[in-house]
Amino acid sequence: MSEIIKATSIELHSFIKTKYEEGFNYLLDITAIDYSEYVTANEEQFALVYILRHESFKEHIVIKTYLKKLEIETITDIFRGADWLEREVYDQYGIIFKKHPNLRRILNHKEFVGHPLRKSYPITKGQLLHEVDDLIEEMNNRLLSKNVVCKLESGTFSDCNKDLMFLNLGPSHPASHGTIRTYVALDGETIECAVSEIGYLHRGFEKSCENHTYNQIIPYTDRLNYCSAISNNISFVKTVEEMLGVEISERAQAIRVMLLELSRIEDHVVCLAAVLVDMGGLTNYWYMYNPREDIYDLLSKLTGARLTNSYMRVGGMTNDLYEGFEEDLKEVIKKVKYGVEQTLSLIKHNRIFHDRTQNVGVISAENALNYAMTGPNLRACGVAFDMRKDAPYYGYEKYEFDVVVGSVGDVYDRVMVRFGEIDESIKIIEQVMQNLPEGEVCVKDNSITLPKKEAVYTTIEGAMNQFKLTFEGVKVPIGEHYGSIEATNGELGFFIVSDGSGIPYKVKVKAPSFTAMSAYPEMVEGAQLADAILTLGSLNIIAGEMDR
Amino acid sequence: MELNSPSLEVAITTKLDEAIGWARESSLWPMIFGTACCAIEFMSVAASKYDISRFGAEVVRFSPRQADLLIVAGTITYKQAPILKQIYEQMSEPKWVISMGACACSGGFYDNYTTLQGIDEIIPVDLYVGGCPPRPEALIDALLKLQNDLRTNKYNPNRHEGFKGRLDNV
Repeated sequence: MSEIIKATSIELHSFIKTKYEEGFNYLLDITAIDYSEYVTANEEQFALVYILRHESFKEHIVIKTYLKKLEIETITDIFRGADWLEREVYDQYGIIFKKHPNLRRILNHKEFVGHPLRKSYPITKGQLLHEVDDLIEEMNNRLLSKNVVCKLESGTFSDCNKDLMFLNLGPSHPASHGTIRTYVALDGETIECAVSEIGYLHRGFEKSCENHTYNQIIPYTDRLNYCSAISNNISFVKTVEEMLGVEISERAQAIRVMLLELSRIEDHVVCLAAVLVDMGGLTNYWYMYNPREDIYDLLSKLTGARLTNSYMRVGGMTNDLYEGFEEDLKEVIKKVKYGVEQTLSLIKHNRIFHDRTQNVGVISAENALNYAMTGPNLRACGVAFDMRKDAPYYGYEKYEFDVVVGSVGDVYDRVMVRFGEIDESIKIIEQVMQNLPEGEVCVKDNSITLPKKEAVYTTIEGAMNQFKLTFEGVKVPIGEHYGSIEATNGELGFFIVSDGSGIPYKVKVKAPSFTAMSAYPEMVEGAQLADAILTLGSLNIIAGEMDR
Repeated sequence: MELNSPSLEVAITTKLDEAIGWARESSLWPMIFGTACCAIEFMSVAASKYDISRFGAEVVRFSPRQADLLIVAGTITYKQAPILKQIYEQMSEPKWVISMGACACSGGFYDNYTTLQGIDEIIPVDLYVGGCPPRPEALIDALLKLQNDLRTNKYNPNRHEGFKGRLDNV
């Protein structure tokens, strides 16, 4: 369990500042807890939780502060990544962040009344939106803050020698992944100002978790990053297992590593396919997407589903590998290698590809860290942060692989880092399959995993056991814990509050796409319109995970 | 019948509405309103293994003005709903709607404060495809069913006349 440091709300800002100077300069997440239905443990009704990571990336701290009044000083002056995170807490819990530059709703729509993650808000109470937010006020503030326009005494704006045109990119467009909207002010083809609006795929994951048992949540986690469903499963069950204090078998660990890497390949091929289509290279799409179909076939055979696998369970997984899995996997890897090879032969020495991607959509390492970007997007800036190396789990330290890093942090680096990671993942999968340990895949504990079907049908204990586990869920000890893994898009974490029952009291996802997206407007300002599309594609924003 | 012979003039007799039905069936232009996981499965439908172009509906247009088949693939939230309605209204008649996946059909397992409980609360739907997400074959099946109905002129242009969505009276 993570150790939780307490701080008072008045000194919180200075406390985080000192921690920042001590080296905890990477903000993972901000969230709140509403304790109103869990009265035994709390000091106040609301608490705020800040999770920070050390600059060595090896450890993290959880800072908690109880709120007497529903307001606190913002930390956006320390972390720019806190901007959207604080807006989310305001939106979901109604906590005011004083001196925040732009405190307005982010996930829910502008006509929404109330704060849905408060326990008093009924889960099924939907609210209709009648008119889409035009984002004009947001844009005006942005234009003023960047001195693109000046405010005249009469209250109107003057355009400083620029003929601006305003354009909505998305949300309904394939290049905007269907759900991301960026409102831009254009001077010719150049983006002068950009504001992004998200939340079009906010489907209430965190609220839904609060009335499902731990194992029932697994299908919901599939739909966070739906391009690599299994890695979400693993991140969630790993956090729950850490709270339970169980260690899964070596075989289960090895299978999880293998599936994590397979998911990484599965996700990267679709990201790369899409970004190359955005560039106009349609042929690459077929080369990259067809191996994904082969991975789908393999996973359907193993798990029963193509995309949303729900393969993991608390304490293990649904079933062991089937006979002949290894041969099938080898065939799939062969096809992935072929697809990557063909695609690289088309783009590696392609002048158009290099011109379109190099020095486009650049973000510096310093900014990327301050915005709390993670995963391939951060590594493309030259920061070698990879949970698999820095805070290894499931025996990653045993496997030989390299962390692929870029140098500039442009679209080219982000694309090439992903190509490199596919190769490294294949290396890990081969090492896992060479010495896959024997044994069970589930822990033998009646309070965690379901009994064997023979026992359920023939003994009263077995039947009772099955019934209780299914209806009441796995009882997780009281506590608050943050656990994470290196998923495809970077550090994917879950912060879980348990009140000792089979249903989590609160679940918060630390979603890598969310922070990456918050850096996006700044990355595209000053760039060409067509390059903004490429930049978005190369960040691999998955809306399901970003909006949750 | 010698088609190459210049002296012979060929005439095929048919009913006008059958000719129109045949033309519509063979030239569906889908517009994908893809938001979530189902949109990823739609990518499979378009990719070479399943290949929607075998069925004469591969001209995927992302402009509603150029499309006559709206495929809603993915969860529609209350925040997204007015956009979906606007896109539907921008499509010119005749038009058809396929609702792909559990979320679009009924909200799926997202029975909560933010998810629209089925797109038919906002726009009329002609075909529902279940599944979370549906397999590519299921979507192709829906397409074939629609084409069969178009061929036999099943669709009355006024079929949604009495439809009133939740956003319609404002």
